[in-house]
Amino acid sequence: MVELIKLKSDDMPKLPRHAKLRYDEARKKWIINAPERVFELDEIAAEIMQMIDGNLSINQIVDKLANKFENAPKEQISKDVIIMLQSLADKGFVIK
Amino acid sequence: MMQKNSKIECKKTSYLTPEKKSKMLIPYAVLCELTHRCPLSCPYCSNPVQLEMKSNEVNTEIWKKALTEAVKLGILQAHFSGGEPTARKDLEVLINHASKEGLYTNLITSGVLVNEERLKKLYDSGLDHVQISIQDTDPKNSEKIAGFKGHNKKLEVCKLVRKVGLPLTINSVMHRQNLHNLKSMIELAVELDAERLEVAQVQYYGWALKNQTAFLPTRKQLDNATKVVEEARIKYKGILAIDYVVPDYYAKKPKSCMGGWGRQFLNITPAGKVLPCHAAESLTFLDFDNIKEKPLSWIWEHSQSFNRFRGTDWMPEPCRSCDRREIDWGGCRCQAFALTGNADAADPACEFSPYRNVLEEPLSKAGTDTPKFIYRKF
Ligand code: SF4
Ligand code: SF4
Repeated sequence: MVELIKLKSDDMPKLPRHAKLRYDEARKKWIINAPERVFELDEIAAEIMQMIDGNLSINQIVDKLANKFENAPKEQISKDVIIMLQSLADKGFVIK
Repeated sequence: MMQKNSKIECKKTSYLTPEKKSKMLIPYAVLCELTHRCPLSCPYCSNPVQLEMKSNEVNTEIWKKALTEAVKLGILQAHFSGGEPTARKDLEVLINHASKEGLYTNLITSGVLVNEERLKKLYDSGLDHVQISIQDTDPKNSEKIAGFKGHNKKLEVCKLVRKVGLPLTINSVMHRQNLHNLKSMIELAVELDAERLEVAQVQYYGWALKNQTAFLPTRKQLDNATKVVEEARIKYKGILAIDYVVPDYYAKKPKSCMGGWGRQFLNITPAGKVLPCHAAESLTFLDFDNIKEKPLSWIWEHSQSFNRFRGTDWMPEPCRSCDRREIDWGGCRCQAFALTGNADAADPACEFSPYRNVLEEPLSKAGTDTPKFIYRKF
């Protein structure tokens, strides 16, 4: 049974086996393959998805992004990251 | 292979970039019909009426080459289907190859030929997802529709799929003979721990057209089914995703078939012919190129069959000046041809189609006596 999960900032999210992240040469884009659907990721989504490997907490991911994108306020980044990961978690494509 | 709704959905949230208008279209998925052999004989099977014999089947090496070419072309997902794909002994080899090349692999099966050991092998080969068809929840009716005694075996295999750790979609073609059991089908999918239930509709060409009167549901059945789905979607939110579309004949606008002809998808037949849609061989005036003779990328870009209905240039009125022409692409070509004899016509499922009246006769018969099935056979 797919469990409904609510992500918190100290969770360490990862992709389940049936969701696969990879770079697609033809589209020049990162994508996630999942049953009967494909998520095409933009630059920031791709950055985030490459970091969610079950070893980094959402807080740590936000820190890394904040270092990289210096002019974005950290609270905003944190909010955006959680919204994005939660929307995937709601569909069962992100677990913790 | 069972009837399918359109396969690929591109989610767009603020994080996901909208599709760019590029000149060269990049396909998302390939449906590999490995064989037409199948122990079942569903009377709505979407395989062509003229089935390929085993001796015409493409060999392992050619399939591998095609899969490698598919990745280069930008294809992201490979669906292995048939007939019954597990009837091919080299299925593991092909899945392993596809998976190593980076393709997401999905097995579309009736389930009746596999056991736990085979499923484990498939899992180890890199299989990502399994889709099993169930004809009805009532075992007797299920076996009558399939023309095969295998209902319990299917249920057992569904459980084994989950046991070996693979995600599961149940595909159920719903029609007049089983729509009354839609609710129990949804419950069964939940009980079997499936992630998705695909409520597929019968598309009337080929075998299904021969059996149309038996399958076309009544308006009342449909309205009831839509209600059942709406309630179940709320009840099982986050537990079971349900794909459901109202069948063409009762809709006002056609569906975008395969996301548009030659835009997202290609299909390779057991004999190696490359089609823009699994039913395209019903368009008897088209020639199809073969992976034995030409590279997949050439076929995608240059073949006559892919270019024949690509884009909007081929469209006559009413599609030509319709603002939905890049939404539904004029609907299904195979349905237009099967029902009107004119493959360029707007899909008769469209309320603007001058041929809309061809649906009246079949619809007036919906709900009358059920004729005997004409089963799929060689
Ligand atoms: S006969 Fe049934 S199970 Fe076999 S390929 Fe056709 S639809 Fe699928
Ligand atoms: S007229 Fe053609 S494009 Fe317009 S809705 Fe009907 S089928 Fe689609």
